[in-house]
Amino acid sequence: MSKNVLVLAEAKDGELRNVSFEVVAAGKKIAGEGSVKALLVGESVASFSEQLIQQGADEVLVAEHSDLKTYTTDAYKQVLLQVIESESPDALLIPHTSSGKDLAPRLAAKLSSGLVSDVVDIEEVGEEVIFTRPIYSGKAFEKKSVSSGLVFATVRPNNIPALEVDSSRSGETKDVSVDLKDLRTVIKDIVKKTSGKVDLAEAKVIVAGGRGVKSADGFKPLEELADILGGAVGASRGACDAEYCDYSLQIGQTGKVVTPELYIAVGISGAIQHLAGMSNSKVIVAINKDEEAPIFDVADYGLVGDLFDILPILTEEFKKVKAGA
Amino acid sequence: MNIFVVMKRTFDTEEKVEIKDGRVDEEGAEFVINPYDEYAIEEAIVLKEANDGEVTVVTVGDEEAEKELRTALAMGADKAVLLDTEDLDDEVDHYTISEMLAAYFKNQEFDIILGGNVAVDDGAGQVAPRLAELLDINQLTTITKLDIDGTKATVERDVEGDVEVVETELPLLVTCQQGLNEPRYPSLPGIMKAKKKPLETLDLDDLDLDEDELEAKTKTVDRFLPPEKQAGKKLDGEPAEQVEELIKLLRTEAKVI
Repeated sequence: MSKNVLVLAEAKDGELRNVSFEVVAAGKKIAGEGSVKALLVGESVASFSEQLIQQGADEVLVAEHSDLKTYTTDAYKQVLLQVIESESPDALLIPHTSSGKDLAPRLAAKLSSGLVSDVVDIEEVGEEVIFTRPIYSGKAFEKKSVSSGLVFATVRPNNIPALEVDSSRSGETKDVSVDLKDLRTVIKDIVKKTSGKVDLAEAKVIVAGGRGVKSADGFKPLEELADILGGAVGASRGACDAEYCDYSLQIGQTGKVVTPELYIAVGISGAIQHLAGMSNSKVIVAINKDEEAPIFDVADYGLVGDLFDILPILTEEFKKVKAGA
Repeated sequence: MNIFVVMKRTFDTEEKVEIKDGRVDEEGAEFVINPYDEYAIEEAIVLKEANDGEVTVVTVGDEEAEKELRTALAMGADKAVLLDTEDLDDEVDHYTISEMLAAYFKNQEFDIILGGNVAVDDGAGQVAPRLAELLDINQLTTITKLDIDGTKATVERDVEGDVEVVETELPLLVTCQQGLNEPRYPSLPGIMKAKKKPLETLDLDDLDLDEDELEAKTKTVDRFLPPEKQAGKKLDGEPAEQVEELIKLLRTEAKVI
């Protein structure tokens, strides 16, 4: 079988997000003999083209415009509709990120198309593309397909592995001229709170704190550990409700659902809502002084004790590991 | 001001999920208003209190959803509307739901529509943006602050932890994110009043829709539970010993560092 697949790449803070390579890899899975075209949208993004080709894209389309510097629904929707019109793809894959979640359903409505959101796996059964996605924040999963027409899905970061870099690959890069009008949203300001920090959804390592951390200050040792591991800091609802940290860090059924390689739960008891948001992580470490805490039921490794005793030692030891000791 | 909230009845987040005959077993489960929709209802009531006007809550579902609509009325909404799916096949998807909502809204005058940014059961977050597109109005998703002055809306959005401050004009659809507000609990007088507030049920005929136009665009071929996580090892000893053991296991057994 062969399908022509269009995927949307995404850049942030002057770099391509890893999920861009993951949607290319996902596109490869369904393209068969067909091609994968990657679309770059932004103010100045053409320089990312090479990377996309080296990681599997057959062709890169570049849509540049000063009004595309920051994502807005109207502008990006118009670009995508114009490209879909000219390329007539059989399948469209968009990252399940803040902008992808905002954009994809609108496109689907405009195209009267089905859409499978937040996909973590893709398989082909005969001619049909079957997507796996979590429901109830990962308490269960479902397999879905689009009944007819455009095969359309958003792909969750960190789940479908990107392809290896192959610097011998070559492909065409094509500019797309875009016509933007009637943009209804005006961006006044962007307050960066995450500068230099790893995004939770894409983090390979997450150090998350709960009520046991006791205060906003108590998160400092967690941040140190996350820094050493190149990871991100998360939190339980309890910690957010107690105002130890911002709600944007919350992991759980309300909040973010994450699947890092390593999840270190610190002072988190493990309410069912929290477990839903993190229990599909590859390896889970729990640190808690309550030996009976439910978090230990899902943890691969449990450390029973005072987190303020354990964390500094753990951070020191990881430092040694990273230094190659 | 004409304020509308689109809401969903969902499983209580405390519930365990079981699969029976390929479906999520709802037997004996507690249902609630989707937690993100509670932020939408609260914000709608705050808007009404500040600007005068009326709050209408709308849901798509069967008569079971009347309970959650009544809860929204008890919180302070004025009217409730149930778009009844009784005439539809089992499999409805985001296409179906958003088309039904759009058919309803095409006959309403609205300034703002609020919804949750995602439902905690299905987790797709498709219906609200689809609805905005079908109504050809602007949308701002995952909002954490909303100010309305005349027809101008100033909004703060949570964009993966950063805050984006944007301006736009009404009519507008917004989806609500945690941090926007603290939803109130229904008061006892609120609950009493809610019983007398109007709750209208509309079926496909009332919406001038045909079953064939609403056929789902996606199909679900399987539902399953993830493999049960086995409790792992609890490490022994003093903190330093536990840490040493952990590092060893992460390197040699789990191979993640």
